[in-house]
Amino acid sequence: MPSAAPVEVQQPTSSEVTDLARPWKVIVWNDPINLMSYVTFVLQKLFGYSKAKAHKLMMDVHTKGKAVVSSGPRERAEVDVYRLHEHGLWATMEQDR
Amino acid sequence: MVRTPAGNYEVHLDAESRQVLAELTTQLRDAIVADSHDAAFKRLFPPGHASDEAAEAEYREMVGAELEQSKLAALETLAKTADATELTPEEVDIWARALNDVRLWMGTLLDVQEDDDPEELDDPPHMLYHVLTWLQDLIVSVLMGDGDVEDMQDGDELD
Repeated sequence: MPSAAPVEVQQPTSSEVTDLARPWKVIVWNDPINLMSYVTFVLQKLFGYSKAKAHKLMMDVHTKGKAVVSSGPRERAEVDVYRLHEHGLWATMEQDR
Repeated sequence: MVRTPAGNYEVHLDAESRQVLAELTTQLRDAIVADSHDAAFKRLFPPGHASDEAAEAEYREMVGAELEQSKLAALETLAKTADATELTPEEVDIWARALNDVRLWMGTLLDVQEDDDPEELDDPPHMLYHVLTWLQDLIVSVLMGDGDVEDMQDGDELD
C-alpha cells in the first residue's frame, strides 16, 4: 500500500484567526420616522431585553444617534440585522476593531 | 383596541381609516414589487453593511428576496384584515410591522424630519401620516401591555 503523499496544509495566519474571532457589532441608527415606543418594543421583542434595557438603548439611539444593540459572531449579527430590517429599523453591522 | 378575555384584540376603527389602511398597504406592495429603488424603497431595504460594498452585496444576495417576501406578506395580512373587528396577537404584531413600513415609505416621500411641527404641516398627506403615526403608537402601547387603550370611535374626525 503506497504511503499517502504528504499534503500541504495551508495554516491560517494568526492575524486571520484573530480576524475571524473578532465579534461583530449590530448598530441601530436614529431616524426621524420610527417611533421611540416602537423602537423599544422591537428591541424587547427581538432580543428579549427588559423594558428598562430596551428603553435605555432606544434613548441612546435617539440622543446619541446610534447604539450597539447586540454583538457576536458574523452569522448571528446577520440574522439580527435581517430581523431589525424586517421590523423597519435602520440597522447595520460592523466588525469590532 | 381592547384585549378580549380570549386573548385577542377588538379593533374599534372607523370605516374610512380601514379603507385607507387597505389602500395604502396595497399601494406599498405595488411599489415594492415595482422595485423602484427610490429613496423610499431604499429606506425599507437599508444596507446592512454601511461601508463595505462586497459584504453588502453578499448580505443582499443572501437575504434580499426573503426580506422583500416578509414585508409583502405583512402588508398583505394588514390589507386582508383591515376590516376585521377582532385580531389575534400575531395579527396585531404584523399590523405594527406593516403599518410601520407604510409610515417609513410615506415619511421618506414627505421628507419627514424629527423637529417637524405638526401644526404647520397640515396638508392632507401630512395629516394622513400623523393619523398613521397615532395608530402605530396606539398599537405599540397595546402590544407592550400598557393597559387597554381607547381607540378611535366611529364618527371621530381624522385630524
